[in-house]
Amino acid sequence: MKMQWKKTLAALFAGAGILTLTGCHGSKALPEFTVPAEFDTSKNLEITFWAKNDTNKNQTDVYKKAISDFESLYPNIKVNMKLYTDYGRIFSDVITNIATGTTPNVCITYPDHIATYMTGKNTVVPLDGLFADEKYGLGGSALLYDGPAQEEIVPQFLSECVLENQHYAIPYMRSTECCYINKDYVETLGYTLPDVLTWDFIWEVSEAATAKNADGTFALNGQNVMIPFIYKSTDNMMIQYLKQRDADYSTPEGDIGLFNDTTESFLYDIADHVDSGAFSTFKISSYPANFLNAGQCVFAIDSTAGATWMGADAPLSDISEDAFVDFETAVRMVPQYDPEHPQMISQGPSICVFNKAAPQEVLASWLFAQYLLTDEVQIGYARTEGYLPVTVKAQESPAYQNYLSRSGEDTETHYSIKLDASKLLLSHTEDTFVTPVFNGSASLRNAAGQLIENVANSVRRGETVDDAYMDALTADVTALYRLDQKDIATGSRQKLGPLPHTAVLLLAALAFVWCLILLYVLSDFVKKRKKH
Amino acid sequence: MKKTIALTLTLALVLSLTACGKGGEDKKSEGVMTHDEYMAAALDSEVVIETYVQAKQSWWEDKATLYTQDKDGAYFVYNAVCSEADYEKLTPGTKIKVTGYKTEWSGEVEVAEGATIEILDGNYVAPITDVTDLLGKDELIDHQNEFVSFKGMTVEAADDSGAAFLYNWDGSGEDGSDLYFNVSKDGQTYTFTVESYLCDSSTDVYQAVKGLNVGDTVDMEGYLYWYEGVNPHITSVSVK
Repeated sequence: MKMQWKKTLAALFAGAGILTLTGCHGSKALPEFTVPAEFDTSKNLEITFWAKNDTNKNQTDVYKKAISDFESLYPNIKVNMKLYTDYGRIFSDVITNIATGTTPNVCITYPDHIATYMTGKNTVVPLDGLFADEKYGLGGSALLYDGPAQEEIVPQFLSECVLENQHYAIPYMRSTECCYINKDYVETLGYTLPDVLTWDFIWEVSEAATAKNADGTFALNGQNVMIPFIYKSTDNMMIQYLKQRDADYSTPEGDIGLFNDTTESFLYDIADHVDSGAFSTFKISSYPANFLNAGQCVFAIDSTAGATWMGADAPLSDISEDAFVDFETAVRMVPQYDPEHPQMISQGPSICVFNKAAPQEVLASWLFAQYLLTDEVQIGYARTEGYLPVTVKAQESPAYQNYLSRSGEDTETHYSIKLDASKLLLSHTEDTFVTPVFNGSASLRNAAGQLIENVANSVRRGETVDDAYMDALTADVTALYRLDQKDIATGSRQKLGPLPHTAVLLLAALAFVWCLILLYVLSDFVKKRKKH
Repeated sequence: MKKTIALTLTLALVLSLTACGKGGEDKKSEGVMTHDEYMAAALDSEVVIETYVQAKQSWWEDKATLYTQDKDGAYFVYNAVCSEADYEKLTPGTKIKVTGYKTEWSGEVEVAEGATIEILDGNYVAPITDVTDLLGKDELIDHQNEFVSFKGMTVEAADDSGAAFLYNWDGSGEDGSDLYFNVSKDGQTYTFTVESYLCDSSTDVYQAVKGLNVGDTVDMEGYLYWYEGVNPHITSVSVK
């Protein structure tokens, strides 16, 4: 029996040890990064850069040239690039690699995603210390290139990279959404295209465009297909509408306000216009450009970073040349609720730097990240699409101003629609906004779009969209995106709730074992005292 | 004589067993559509099909994309609800029941995202259909999503530089990205794809396409996918 008790004790200790070790695995945090006094140019360093492009060779060429030029300036740094075309994939891969300690050094990302990366302690490098470093900071004295000073980065774009009162990223490019319009169709329907689209206008014209001929073809284009209004990113559609209506979405602390009366009212509107055939989405139908360019759409809303695909003379296209129709393409802001006070989303890639055990490696990463803000890279990349450079320095440079002034000279580099899209953002930077960033904000964004997609699909499938439907939709989307389980990026501030049962059992077992040990020691002590 | 009879009977038995293994009777359960009924169903209507997995394209966050086919035709199942454990159970030939909605996306008719899958008893691997002579003809779409072959096609330049293939449609990718290459027949050029989720860079077909030269004559097999026109997802290439 005594022997059996020993075995039990050993097993309990072993179990506790294994559980303790398991608990340690993966939780070993990196030390906080401190900026080295000098960058060591005598030591060869290799860093990885996970880059996102819009499946656009011109963009990958800009990245490659940037790397080559940077490596010429810093021969001891080798930059290995991995290309992505999807932010979601980068996010997923980073999460996987945080667990194995194999994150990239520099990564193109969204601030929403950084909030999740930051749940690992010291995973992402806070950049304020680096910004301010006299030698290697923004515009630093020891830089081997002409980088921007902090005040030369567009303040609005830089502020989008603040999480928990610190900068955890630098902006790389900015875009917004805009409406690409078949102006001929609008006028054929008897309307005049206003400078600022309103929701009422876009719905009214879209409804008018659903009229059909006796043979079933659409009166406007004589074709079998017409989607008057198509939206690429329905999460942005919902987010911008709520912002324009000054309705809740979320608080900076992560409290969710998405499910409100304004949201529901908007979803009912959308349901009506899906039912009439006036509206559809990218997920349901296909890329807006494919319909716009084939004369099967009046209003196509997509990113300014997709401008090279939009319009009758678009240099990039997935549809065959014979499917194109000729029309005048106009570019406008996304539809507004209050034209006097337009509001539109600010989006586009940012750059974060991951922490590593070797400070020199982190400094090398920062030097490369900062190099991506130099004029040549900024202007080179911005020219590939309807992007805007994120530095005032690049925006005001003669090279960029010259580029903007040559709109329409050709249908490649100076494609007028692409330049119109860039100019739209340039002239409305003050009217852009971003949504609060917290751990879970990426899920909330997906949920906002899912509401529209679900309603649109349900209407198309003949389901009834009523109050009961809305209640069920709220519950489904909440569960799907775990919106009732949100936590805050800090990790340390959140309430952790009750301990899991396994933890309670382990702690109870440990307490029991310690009691037995104490009992044993006590009884041994008593026996010895009796002998004496 | 006895030996001959015994041998004949044995051969007959083996052949009949082989036939069973290739599919046997493909009887639909009650409430399940035939392929003709599926094709006739309106877009956005509910569809219930029993079909056989021919290839798995991807699994991502409990969603599976599958190329499936029964003896009458093919069905592309996009992002169906599927646990990782169930996805592992799916092998070429596995019979499944799919309940979802029919949709069309840029010409590709498919069972829309969110369909449910039930794994059933049964196995069928579809024979390959040579559709080379149907290229450029309206009848080609009748074979959409089927496992098909193309014979004796010529590799053409994929871009102005004369490359035989591109990483991504415009060359913006890298090793591991989708491969795009052009092949011609009777003066018409078509773009074929090695879909990297279906056949990643470790597969023979991926390496074979990377080894192509403009002017090569090739035979190919794959699934007759559609995106704004025919866009086969190739699973094998052999240079003649």
